[in-house]
Amino acid sequence: MTARYDRAITVFSPDGHLFQVEYAQEAVKKGSTAVGIRGKNIVVLGVEKKSVAKLQEERTVRKICALDEHVCMAFAGLTADARIVINRARVECQSHRLTVEDPVTVEYITRYIATLKQRYTQSNGRRPFGISALIVGFDYDGTPRLYQTDPSGTYHAWKANAIGRSAKTVREFLEKNYTEEAIATDKEAMKLAIKALLEVVQSGGKNIELAIIGRNQPLKILESKEIETLVAEIEKEKEEEAEKKKQKKTT
Amino acid sequence: MALLEVCGYRDGDRSAGPFGTRGTVMDRSSHFSFGMKTAEFAVPVGVDPQAFLSPYTAGEGDVRIHLNHGTTTLAFKFQHGVVVAVDSRASAGNYIASKDANKVIEINPYLLGTMSGSAADCQYWERLLAKECRLFKLRNKERISVCAASKLLSNMMCEYRGMGLSMGSMICGWDKQGPGLYYVDDNGTRLSGQLFSTGCGSSYAYGVVDSGYRYDLSMEEAYDLGRRAIAHATHRDAYSGGVVNLYHMRQDGWIKICKDDVAELIHQYALESK
Repeated sequence: MTARYDRAITVFSPDGHLFQVEYAQEAVKKGSTAVGIRGKNIVVLGVEKKSVAKLQEERTVRKICALDEHVCMAFAGLTADARIVINRARVECQSHRLTVEDPVTVEYITRYIATLKQRYTQSNGRRPFGISALIVGFDYDGTPRLYQTDPSGTYHAWKANAIGRSAKTVREFLEKNYTEEAIATDKEAMKLAIKALLEVVQSGGKNIELAIIGRNQPLKILESKEIETLVAEIEKEKEEEAEKKKQKKTT
Repeated sequence: MALLEVCGYRDGDRSAGPFGTRGTVMDRSSHFSFGMKTAEFAVPVGVDPQAFLSPYTAGEGDVRIHLNHGTTTLAFKFQHGVVVAVDSRASAGNYIASKDANKVIEINPYLLGTMSGSAADCQYWERLLAKECRLFKLRNKERISVCAASKLLSNMMCEYRGMGLSMGSMICGWDKQGPGLYYVDDNGTRLSGQLFSTGCGSSYAYGVVDSGYRYDLSMEEAYDLGRRAIAHATHRDAYSGGVVNLYHMRQDGWIKICKDDVAELIHQYALESK
């Protein structure tokens, strides 16, 4: 049945599905995991770094990109599609500054990206973008924001979310552990992002890339040393928790 | 589609300018153009309005279009917000077309625009600005800033530069950054400032306002200053007259203060000086 309704993007199936869009969402599920967390004075993006080949330059593989000084995004899915979307979004951010003399709000640029993706699900001769994006940043009134878009062109605001491979596991972890204390300070928010990624990433801190934006501060991508320090702290906290539990059991 | 590519057909190639080469209006709803790049006026194919008009607006020939900005408007910022005062005479050459024309457009409860120059141009473009401001509020769930509203108007003016528009406007409002006052005109000039006056009676109005202006005026003093400046300007300028429409832009929105006949005001000032 599906075979007759999944060739062209502009054809609905009898039970109301757009199969090409759903297949695009499958492509997203194959991409490496990305997690986003909205703190009080900081927004954090973490991605799983795919291990690079021996001869490949590590620096050229970047999954977290700045769209403007106060907004950045991470994606999961087809890297080439993401490049197009990011370029258009960057131009729109500057165009907005020129036309309206104000920096974009995170919601505006998310709406623009979502409108762009939706347009590609309703034209013939084109296929949908095979990426989901997590867009974080601060509005000019200082409110932190996190939005997620998907290939169908819908977008929602989140307190914390994950996309890509094993997104479900990470989201369940976040639902259990995203509390007011967990994001009380900037450092705690960063550690929460790393803890969430460590659930699904194989070899620990080496395969994690983390970026943060503080209020009125530009995007900062953490170096591997800083990530190692945070991972070490998390390990220590875990051991102390385990010790406490053991002591409780024995006493 | 592959077949379209092979045939050399390029979809979406219609020009984005207001006077596109095809001369057709594409039904492409763009939520991100802020009132620009939409063909507002239908023009025959192959006509370039700027080239057509330049001998009559900027050339050295005998025939020139002289556009008089027959009005007086003024606005100034002070400690309690912004005072906006305008006259109400609409003239067509030597004929007074109306003695109570409305030269202030109320865009929203926190934004006002004044009009001087060609009445048609002002009314049209400022109503278009009001439409864009309303759309902005619907799309972004918050009111547009004065800075952005004035920028949208000046963008529209820049797009039609050299095509014979005549408009001098002041956009006044109160937004998150406090009171705002911008002067926008048909050349695309956009200036932020404390005090502006436009129209052919502006020289007289500047004389009165400059001699009485202080930032720390009280509200009554500021209203009186605005009224006096317009009244004296209408007394000397043939193209200004009617009534003084006075508005005060405050933090919780604008209020209309008065609508005083200039003849009575001049009589009152004459009695005071005796």
